[in-house]
Amino acid sequence: MKQSLFESRHQPQWQAFAAQLTQLEQGKAKTGDFADFPHHYRRLCQHLALAQERGYSSYLVDPLQQLALRGHQQLYRHRSQLGANVLGFVLADFPRLVREQWRFVLAASMLFFGSLLGIALLVYLFPDLIYSIVSPQQVAEMQSMYDPDASRLGRAAERASSEDWMMFGYYVMHNIGIAFQTFAAGLLFGLGSVFFLFFNGLIIGAVAGHLTQIGYGQTFWSFVIGHGAFELSAIALAGAAGLQLGWALIAPGHLARSESLRLAARKSVQMICGVMVFLLIAAFIEAYWSSTTTVAPWIKYLVGAALWLVMAAYLLFAGRNHHAPE
Amino acid sequence: MPSAPLDTLYQIETPEGIDLPLRPAGLLPRSLAFAFDLGLRGLILGILFLALAFLGNLGIGLGSILLFLVSWWYMVLFEVLNQGCSPGKQIMGLRVVQDDGTPISWSASLIRNLLRFVDMLPFGYFLGALSCLQHPHFKRLGDLAAGTLVIYREQPLSRPQVPQAPALRLPFALDLNEQRAILGFAERQGELSTERANELAAILATPLQVSPNRAVSELNGVARGLLGPT
Repeated sequence: MKQSLFESRHQPQWQAFAAQLTQLEQGKAKTGDFADFPHHYRRLCQHLALAQERGYSSYLVDPLQQLALRGHQQLYRHRSQLGANVLGFVLADFPRLVREQWRFVLAASMLFFGSLLGIALLVYLFPDLIYSIVSPQQVAEMQSMYDPDASRLGRAAERASSEDWMMFGYYVMHNIGIAFQTFAAGLLFGLGSVFFLFFNGLIIGAVAGHLTQIGYGQTFWSFVIGHGAFELSAIALAGAAGLQLGWALIAPGHLARSESLRLAARKSVQMICGVMVFLLIAAFIEAYWSSTTTVAPWIKYLVGAALWLVMAAYLLFAGRNHHAPE
Repeated sequence: MPSAPLDTLYQIETPEGIDLPLRPAGLLPRSLAFAFDLGLRGLILGILFLALAFLGNLGIGLGSILLFLVSWWYMVLFEVLNQGCSPGKQIMGLRVVQDDGTPISWSASLIRNLLRFVDMLPFGYFLGALSCLQHPHFKRLGDLAAGTLVIYREQPLSRPQVPQAPALRLPFALDLNEQRAILGFAERQGELSTERANELAAILATPLQVSPNRAVSELNGVARGLLGPT
């Protein structure tokens, strides 16, 4: 068949298909209208194959290729996994994922909590050590923040409700930023994540040890215990996600490194979504509960312990009973 | 077996068994697009901070949430909701797609934009630029992990007219590449000067058995014959 005949015979079909595509791309499609879309798409693919096989000119083949590409994008689009079932993710998939990746979670937790507790103990025993880790100005700042004589707690001395808002925003930005960094740096064969986990553990541990040692323990621990449950575990989980990325590069198994990285990234980004939820909860608790001073410290310790238990129980047991993969 | 053509086309094979070519974009247009996005983000933040400054502490809180959203989510939201184009990419005529040519998903966009942090190490996109320059499809590290590709958006083509000439039939058969070459020559003649068209056509004067100065009209005639009656 000559090219002009082929063209004039099928031109109306191509135009109709292009119109359908435009509607789909603009999101104006109604469900009933497009039942025949796959059929039209396959016919277009056949026309394209014919046109290529018969050596028709590129000015015919190229527009057909463009149409086929647009059709391909509409027909085979990926279902987005994130927005689709948030509830299922929070209730079951996230804790399942954390349990599935328990090796990385364990390694990251040991790095982070290990360095935190270790250096806290060291600073408690050898008080001068703090000055080789944290600069003197920061130490002074921290001391004034958690001074038992001051009436308010946290990073602001005087707080109205609008300040709770301010701190909420600050915590969200600051903490999620750190979590993202800890995760992303894992791409450097895991070394970045190791560094950030260790470094953050070091700073937090040093400050904790120092404040306890100089007798500000009551104000400090009652402040941090509540939101710490979610904030610290979130950092550890972000580190675990980063380690997973790095490990996929170090030991890809029977896959190509690029392929193994792609698969690991898909898993670890789900972990990061859970981390973001954790950090939002933590920022909320930190801004609205941890900073109150009207509550007696023992209540805060009690609530804090309960939050740690809830967090641990959630990660260990949620999503085990129904459709559990194991 | 002819050697691979000297271009950067990226072929995806669809389940229908056809190859669709994508054109990956290199370092320069991508950096320009990023620079534009950076400027735009700076502008948005500047304006919003001015407005929020009147709200006091609440403003500072909202401001830090905004700073967070704009610095980490600007790209993700635009890429997923706007057909793979952030404003900078839109201007440069680029878009992001998955490796298989389908629109980018939430998780892929999140991965490639979170890992941007590593691409920026140790300064000024050093690692990202290195990876982009050495990869056959110009992927930075984030693209490698997310399985995404930055391509040129397809532009609508306008079709030139084949010059008028009496349709001819050659006494020997042409193979597919020869057919397409002759059609291509006829259709793109408008972009060539007369001298260049003559020079190109003269190469074929001997096999066509015509004098070199008649080769152009002879080829146009063959092209007409291939196209068929209009």
